[in-house]
Amino acid sequence: MRALLLPALLVLGATPGTAKAPAPPRLLSQTGLYAAPGVVAARNLAYAPQYPLWTDGAAKARWIHLPAAIDGRDEAGWVFPVGTKAWKEFAFGGRKVETRLLWKTGPATWVFATYAWNEAQTEAVLVPEGGQPDAAEVAPGLRHTIPSRSDCRDCHGREKVEVLGFTALQLSPDRDAGALHAEPLRPGMVTLKELAARGLLRGARPDLASRPPRIEAPPAARTALGYLMSNCATCHRGDRPIPGLDLDLRPAHALRTALGPGSFPVPGQPESRLLSPGHPERSALLHRMASRGAIAQMPPLGSVRVDQAAVEHIRRWIAGMAPLPSH
Amino acid sequence: MTLNRPLPLAVLGLVLGACALQAAPPARQKQIQHGGYLVTIAGCHDCHTPLKMSPKGPEPDMTRMLSGHPEGLKMPPAPKLAEGPWGWAGSLTMTAFTGPWGVSYSANLTPDKETGLGAWTEAQFLQMVRSGRHLGQGRAILPPMPIQNLQKATEADLKAIFAYLQSIPAIRNKVPAPLEPAPTPIPMH
Repeated sequence: MRALLLPALLVLGATPGTAKAPAPPRLLSQTGLYAAPGVVAARNLAYAPQYPLWTDGAAKARWIHLPAAIDGRDEAGWVFPVGTKAWKEFAFGGRKVETRLLWKTGPATWVFATYAWNEAQTEAVLVPEGGQPDAAEVAPGLRHTIPSRSDCRDCHGREKVEVLGFTALQLSPDRDAGALHAEPLRPGMVTLKELAARGLLRGARPDLASRPPRIEAPPAARTALGYLMSNCATCHRGDRPIPGLDLDLRPAHALRTALGPGSFPVPGQPESRLLSPGHPERSALLHRMASRGAIAQMPPLGSVRVDQAAVEHIRRWIAGMAPLPSH
Repeated sequence: MTLNRPLPLAVLGLVLGACALQAAPPARQKQIQHGGYLVTIAGCHDCHTPLKMSPKGPEPDMTRMLSGHPEGLKMPPAPKLAEGPWGWAGSLTMTAFTGPWGVSYSANLTPDKETGLGAWTEAQFLQMVRSGRHLGQGRAILPPMPIQNLQKATEADLKAIFAYLQSIPAIRNKVPAPLEPAPTPIPMH
């Protein structure tokens, strides 16, 4: 099966709609992340989003360099200053596997790069544009693939690029205590409060610190919507519509748009909907989250292991909803 | 197997499509014609235009031109194939296929807004080809679609193909979703 699918999985083409950007450095140590080997430069701020993306249980560390203040007038669409660099390190089994870099090199240009760590864990080298399969074992028989740069743009955007884990909601100090796979805020990590105090956020509403953003919903729904936002809504969002799919899994829109039948029914469930309140077994969203088959898997890239904790949470959340009157 | 299609509507669509081509600016007409040529020689009709039986044998049903697997043709469960070397099977329409990848159906390439490519942008079409993924960002496009061949096309050729596909008559035809393979994959050899 893999042999037949491989040609279709080759993702090597150039990316449309992007202005010319400089080539990324060949080594991670040349990107400005470290002041000395293994020592992150003080100017790079560590952070942890409250709703992290599931990457097969990888341990993650993140840093951002902001050469100037973020334009925060649009709370849902921060504009980063030219020169912004964001790094995200992925480790499996205590070993660093890859570090990804997002680097804003011009008003509308971003460099996407990822670096694969060497055996000695002393340096990471730029991965080819098409990515790198078989980078590490994440579970018996399951291997991690370093994504292609085109894959990176699938989630971070092609026209308007976003640093997905560094948003007002992700950095809100009003953190969801139930958030799945949440990482604790360690000393020195920035939240909205520190950003404002350091003068790194301008134009934001004056009460942002005293009334930080949060998903307004009962606890289980809040956690579920936060998870769907960070794991699904990077693609399924109304402002980047996918043809034929009227699905927007951002928190404010998820419950409204997920009640339709969708185009991918749960096998054997004629009453299937994207999300069927009270009926997890009829919910295609859950069926696809729980699959790692080549056809049904969601998200379609970046994961080879089902997020069982999330599947159980979403299952309970859907089961606890009042069924639709006619359903 | 029954295939029902309102023929007069399809004929009307073809006439309107021809009128649309004539109404386009010359450069656009040339692009559309080139796209039509590419679609023909690349074999897109082979799977995306259903076959129908005629006195001379199977032939493309041009009243359903490029509209993919007919919505009304509900396929029974895929046949269980013996262990290799036979590895896949197809429907008489050449629009439904079963193999180690599961069951796949040829897509509706007409510009119908809900069931075809009518809501697509040119950039999304290019992204679909380049990524080799459904809708440009979903699962891998499934066999037997030779997406790897199309990935070798120039950008100008891909744009011509898209222009042509947007110029043909829209046919409303909702193609079923693909099906996962059986839990035990069929041996490849």
